[in-house]
Amino acid sequence: MRFRTADGGRIDRTRTLNFSFDGRALTGHPGDTLASALLANGIHLMGRSFKYHRPRGLLAAGIEEPNALVHVDRGGGRDAPNLRATQVELYEGLNATSQNRYPSLALDVGEAARLFSRFLPAGFYYKTFMWPASFWKRLYEPVIRAAAGLGRAPVLPDPDRYLHRYAHCEVLVIGAGAAGLAAARDAAVTGARVILCDEQNEMGGGLLSEPAATIDGQPAAAWVAAVLADLDSRANVTLLPRATAFGWYPDNMIGVAERVTDHLATPDARVPRERMWQIRAREVVIATGAHERPLVFPDNDRPGIMLAGAARLFLNRHGVRPGARAVIATACDSAYAAALDLHAAGVAIALIADLRANPVGPAIDAARAAGITVRTGTSITGSTGHLRVTGALIGTEWVACDCILMSGGWTPSLHMHAQSRGKLRFDAATANFLPVAMAGQRSTGACAGMFDLATILPGHAVSGIITPDGGHAGLVPGAKPKRAFVDFQNDVTAKDLLLATQEGFRSIEHVKRYTTTGMATDQGKTSNINALAIVAGELGNTIPEVGLTTYRPPYSPVTFGTIAGASRGALFDPERRAPMHDQAVALGARFEDVGPWKRAWYFPGPGEDLHAAVARECRAVRGSVGIFDASTLGKIEVVGADAAEFLNRLYTNAWTKLGVGRCRYGLMLSEAGFVMDDGVVGRIAEDRFHVTTTTGGAPRVLNHMEDYLQTEFPDLRVWLTSATEQWAVIAVQGPGARDLIAPFVEGIDLAPAAFPHMSVREGTICGVPTRLFRVSFTGELGFEINVPADFGPAVWEALMGTGVPTPYGTEAMHVLRAEKGYIIVGQETDGTVTPDDLGLSGMIAKSKKDFVGKRALRRPDLVVPNRKQLVGLLTEDPAVVLEEGAQIVADPAQPIPMRMIGHVTSSYASPTLGRSIAMALVEGGRGRMGKLLYVPMPGHTIAVRVVEPVFHDKAGARLDG
Amino acid sequence: MLIIPCPHCGPRPENEFRYSGEAHVVRPADPETLDDAALAELLYMRSNPKGRHAERWRHIHGCGWFFNCIRDTVTDRIERTYPAGTAP
Ligand SMILES: [Zn+2]
Repeated sequence: MRFRTADGGRIDRTRTLNFSFDGRALTGHPGDTLASALLANGIHLMGRSFKYHRPRGLLAAGIEEPNALVHVDRGGGRDAPNLRATQVELYEGLNATSQNRYPSLALDVGEAARLFSRFLPAGFYYKTFMWPASFWKRLYEPVIRAAAGLGRAPVLPDPDRYLHRYAHCEVLVIGAGAAGLAAARDAAVTGARVILCDEQNEMGGGLLSEPAATIDGQPAAAWVAAVLADLDSRANVTLLPRATAFGWYPDNMIGVAERVTDHLATPDARVPRERMWQIRAREVVIATGAHERPLVFPDNDRPGIMLAGAARLFLNRHGVRPGARAVIATACDSAYAAALDLHAAGVAIALIADLRANPVGPAIDAARAAGITVRTGTSITGSTGHLRVTGALIGTEWVACDCILMSGGWTPSLHMHAQSRGKLRFDAATANFLPVAMAGQRSTGACAGMFDLATILPGHAVSGIITPDGGHAGLVPGAKPKRAFVDFQNDVTAKDLLLATQEGFRSIEHVKRYTTTGMATDQGKTSNINALAIVAGELGNTIPEVGLTTYRPPYSPVTFGTIAGASRGALFDPERRAPMHDQAVALGARFEDVGPWKRAWYFPGPGEDLHAAVARECRAVRGSVGIFDASTLGKIEVVGADAAEFLNRLYTNAWTKLGVGRCRYGLMLSEAGFVMDDGVVGRIAEDRFHVTTTTGGAPRVLNHMEDYLQTEFPDLRVWLTSATEQWAVIAVQGPGARDLIAPFVEGIDLAPAAFPHMSVREGTICGVPTRLFRVSFTGELGFEINVPADFGPAVWEALMGTGVPTPYGTEAMHVLRAEKGYIIVGQETDGTVTPDDLGLSGMIAKSKKDFVGKRALRRPDLVVPNRKQLVGLLTEDPAVVLEEGAQIVADPAQPIPMRMIGHVTSSYASPTLGRSIAMALVEGGRGRMGKLLYVPMPGHTIAVRVVEPVFHDKAGARLDG
Repeated sequence: MLIIPCPHCGPRPENEFRYSGEAHVVRPADPETLDDAALAELLYMRSNPKGRHAERWRHIHGCGWFFNCIRDTVTDRIERTYPAGTAP
């Protein structure tokens, strides 16, 4: 650790930590970041730039670092790319590697891209899209993808846990520097709930790198410790270090990403790696400080060139010297503080080159008094060196050095304020945009333009601190724009920005997108104001006339794990399982997803594929009896004195005369007259209906019913209750259905005359209370046994225990209903289909004055003669099964594009008919009975004949067994 | 995430609610009396203002009531909420 100072800093010199960087074994101390530990070992080269693969070192010392992005691998899938080395805390055994280089950082073949940099100008993405598409696809894209980029995405599943926390407080303070600490303390003493979050490992902000500063006579660090101890002792205060406020959402909801274990050598497995806090605060105090601006001059990106404040932080917090001989280039007094501290720590200061013609003040006086050469009115206009800077061009003179420390002044961090939609004002005196406080939030400290500690801490005596007066934005006077980097992370130079304005871009938002300046993961923290100044200067406008680009979350990158929290694996999109799910699993069912439900799709026997299993299941239902889990059907209990009238208004059918114990197939329309849902409705009592809906439609139908009940028909005495999960539903279908259930049923006369098709009875089955429906979705004699959901498995197993029924799945159910021409809403309908289109005009009660959708059925477009109507299709070749969704034409010889007159909605191989069947919506379909139509497919055309959409038992004789 | 004051439950986070379109679109007592133009207006035409908007929300993961809300579509600020069936 050649560059470690003998003493000082906030590191623990009594302990040594081993770590590796690119396979090289190195050491550091607790309190180091990866960045400071590498600097202590004399390593500046930490990465390669995004586009040109230029060698890069540290620019900054914190969250704003654009260059030193590293990959940290803990093994076993604990793999994090694109971490800023300045935020990675050192721990024993840390294993970090550099990114975007091959084969090594020092020898990178991609650096040859530099030679082609004239082919990668501003807007090159847009320009290359204009090249021939084949060039792009085969040549440019693969080359660019291989060469450009940041880290590698991990390939193994992330084994760590991430949690979400929700919190409420009266005051959330973002940032624990002097201003944030003072604000938190002021709020805490009132007894308010206070949360103080800070993105660093240690709270205190800039005060931690001001060893000479005193507050009320005590060292600044001691003041910080005392305030923190006081806050920590209060039950109403929560301190969140390592917690970055990254996003501001409406009504003061702040997203905070807390890094819980990344700094530990051996994290406790019971602790999450990161936590996302969603904090709702009555007031947010933004105390996020300021970011130092680089100076924009040619080759300002060589390793060894860093912000003066960063060098000072590394020295004062980590006890690390940035080099042996420094050139200081500045337009701001704060760089003098860096020069003085480094000078005192034994770093030779070659000179201070100050852009300002006549800087005055205690900082300048102190530097001169220390014997440091100060040249005023002097620009830095270049640098030399390759993997490390070796010289600075000061005026016309090359000055040898191994580091250049620069400062263009400080930019208030407006990100959180601007995300809150807070207004900004331009302060001409300091050439800064500043936040304008609004209800529920305010800014304090450097982010509000308060750079003087005495202003931040009124009523306290402060001393020993240099206020950062002065600054410069844009290209350094006299410097050329070529290779003068503005956005280091996206490799955008002053020349690129000038080119964009020359090509006609005027809006800063357009310049940003065209050049990609400020669009990297660092969100333009160090680049936005320089870019703005360059564009404004070129356009002849002032900075406020050009304006800032929009700030968006996240302030700093957030891991996917943190955002996902517990929503991964089985919890990502939780599946709904029907009551007899386990029974289906035991029977070897294959499942399909139907909305959130897992439904048994088919039950393959030994050696059976889908086709064979479905054929067997269908034959069982038609020939003996099948058993089916229909529990996913939506069920709504409609209760009340006006229940029948309510259904009259919500369904097309008439309900008043439906007798208790009888059922009716109900058709529900939207107000626009289109079929919305269907299902069997049973009348349990005068004032009680058991309504079923489609599997997917249940929530939508209940919402629709509630909407009309609450807002259009509030006079009706009706209550609606979702009962979908209260009932297990076992469909027993086939000529043997009655014989199968009869031994288990008590209290219900199952005789056909006593219990006709489309009726419902209450009794018991297997001793369990049941609502037993006699209904059929297969065309066979059928029952649907509703029992309380927890009893479903027992009843299912009792029926299966007879050895009689064949379990069938959703695929066979679909085939069986299609053979009968029963529609499925959402398959035969698509939200633009009327009852008449489906041939269901008979479902519309003529007697009713009104129901939802009735008036709309007379709309001109809904009564035109040529609407698409539901028909059956039989392929001329009975072995051919049409593809669902296939388009239908009348004349296959017409030129392309053909006029399409309909499409196939359902299509199956029918085991009952021994041939394929299909349903389709076809223009004027009912007028085309017996006609041939055509389904063009790639390479061939299928001829189909239009038929009635009922293929089996047209008379319905089988319903009675 | 917005805080929405349910008229029945008080302020709750937005993810307890479901948006339900423009408010005060009146379904006539007898829709049969509407001519085609008036029907099209009722079914499909909405004001879509930039600014103050009367809209419906449902506290679907709470009390279940539909209610009305005045929200500024530019600032997302909610001016007030009030029960369905009452005037703005
Ligand atoms: Zn509510």
